[in-house]
Amino acid sequence: MTAILRSSVIRKTAGALATLFGVAVFVFFMLRAIPGDQISASLGTEAAGLTEAQRQALVEYYGIDEPLTTQFFSWLANLFAGDLGFSVRAQQPVLDLTVAALPVTFQLAVFAILLALIIGVPIGMLSASAPRKARDFVGQAVSLLGLSIPAFLLATTLLTFFAVNLGFNPNGLGYKTLFEDPSVNLQQMFLPSLVLGFGISAPIIRTTRAAVLEIRGQDFIRTARAKGVKTQRIQFRHILRNALIPIVTMTGLQFGYLLGGAVVVEQIFSLPGIGRQVLLGIQQKEYALVQSTVLVIAASFVVINLLTDLLYRAIDPRVRAE
Amino acid sequence: MSTTAKQQAQKGAGRKLLSSGRGAVSLAVLVILLGLALAVNFGLVGFDPIAQTPSDRLLAPNSTYWFGTDQFGRDIFSRVMSGVGSSSLISVVAVTIAAVFGTLIGLFGGFYRGLIDLFGTGVTNVLFAFPPLLLALTLASVLDRNWFTVAVAIGVVYIPIFARVTRGPVLSLREIEFVRAARSTGMNSIGIMFRHVLPNISSIAIIQIALSLSWAVLTEAALSFLGLGSPPPAPSLGSMIYEARTLVLIAPWTLYAPGAIIVTFVVALNLLGDSIRDILDPRSREVSS
Repeated sequence: MTAILRSSVIRKTAGALATLFGVAVFVFFMLRAIPGDQISASLGTEAAGLTEAQRQALVEYYGIDEPLTTQFFSWLANLFAGDLGFSVRAQQPVLDLTVAALPVTFQLAVFAILLALIIGVPIGMLSASAPRKARDFVGQAVSLLGLSIPAFLLATTLLTFFAVNLGFNPNGLGYKTLFEDPSVNLQQMFLPSLVLGFGISAPIIRTTRAAVLEIRGQDFIRTARAKGVKTQRIQFRHILRNALIPIVTMTGLQFGYLLGGAVVVEQIFSLPGIGRQVLLGIQQKEYALVQSTVLVIAASFVVINLLTDLLYRAIDPRVRAE
Repeated sequence: MSTTAKQQAQKGAGRKLLSSGRGAVSLAVLVILLGLALAVNFGLVGFDPIAQTPSDRLLAPNSTYWFGTDQFGRDIFSRVMSGVGSSSLISVVAVTIAAVFGTLIGLFGGFYRGLIDLFGTGVTNVLFAFPPLLLALTLASVLDRNWFTVAVAIGVVYIPIFARVTRGPVLSLREIEFVRAARSTGMNSIGIMFRHVLPNISSIAIIQIALSLSWAVLTEAALSFLGLGSPPPAPSLGSMIYEARTLVLIAPWTLYAPGAIIVTFVVALNLLGDSIRDILDPRSREVSS
């Protein structure tokens, strides 16, 4: 590891830590913007029936009587101790809920990315193979639809179509993890990851097309052709290999879309992932749950971005020199 | 002199947009949709979108109810068009919020550098740390629920994009000769920023506005699908599709009409965004289309 690389690793990590702190501050104060206090927010009309002593006990439990900065730092200290709060409705610590939910969303994201690459890269390459011809037009139309069809519309339509016409509705049963029942799990994951994968295949089609078109015109491709390398070999070994760099970058950038889209898709297909956990928290006004879960999601997003960035610097010498 | 040149350039851009096939088509589709939305809003066509006619529940499309009726006997055509109208209003306000605040953060940060820039990029990085839809829905859930707060929730999410795309060009513009010249004539910083720097980043901001509108429409629809958009009975495309889930077997038109209209609407916005980008950004022209 060169000195430049090392210092940039330190700089990037410090930046990510500062961002994480800012994220914690932002999440904390955003959820303090709720009208009323957390007690009436989470108990609703039941709050009116509380005795003064019960109310006081809840005030102390939530730490509402403390100044905001004290509340913030005690929340932060609890987080570091692994205490993300307690969900009253689920009667479980938020940490346990989160540990159970994260793998579901992670599996969904990985499958969605794989499907997006399977759909997007071939269509992008076909598009680029005959610019402005019929197949390019079809490829661009597919990517336009991927950008324009809302995930919730596609999910609702697919769910109804498969359930009614094909009698296929694996998500109607309880969720099974990959280890409990691999076959049911894969069936349950298929439609949700297809919906998310179709959404992110659009930018992948566009990136693949643009990258292939650009690389195709470069000198080393002409040299390869002149040497008599077979067309197919040029397509895959020379063009696709080089196009992979922007494709992988674009795929990495889609993580945010995936984590957000997961909220919608998990809700529709009843997958107990992290997105559904936030949404349930919001619907049931469990703001302690929302606060910690949103922070966990944002933190994983920051860490993923940092790792991609560092990996990039290690791989690509041009970025390293910057 | 320079104003006329700029006006001519803008006129040229408008003409280019109309002469490019997809630009003209998408603009026409948007004009028709917005025209129908306004017509419904002023009671010129269709019915009151929230008026219930219990005797006319779940009617299939016919000559009176062009898109059929829903489970309360409300006219789906009027509701869909009214939904297009409110979604446009929310999206335009949201993108305006994002463009104004984001561009100001990029402009001041890039121009003054130092602490202001540090603060600006800090805010940008923090907002970027959230998956966009997640941030919008958390914000929408903590704010009072009405169309304006929904627009604010969506707008905040897009602030960092505008800050990031404008800051870079501002950083290089501040070192360019004509800006230095303006400074040497004693013009103050605010004047230089708004008279010389801002006009030169305006096309970048316009491209970003054009590309953001479709995303704002989709986000508004997703929020109302999840029950976090404008409160009922105000018609919204997302909540109409949500309600149609349970009706689709007996009355499929309740899903088809809002579904087809939202896809048409977003496709048109995306095509318009792409055409505007191709016209204003010469670099993108060779790669796309």
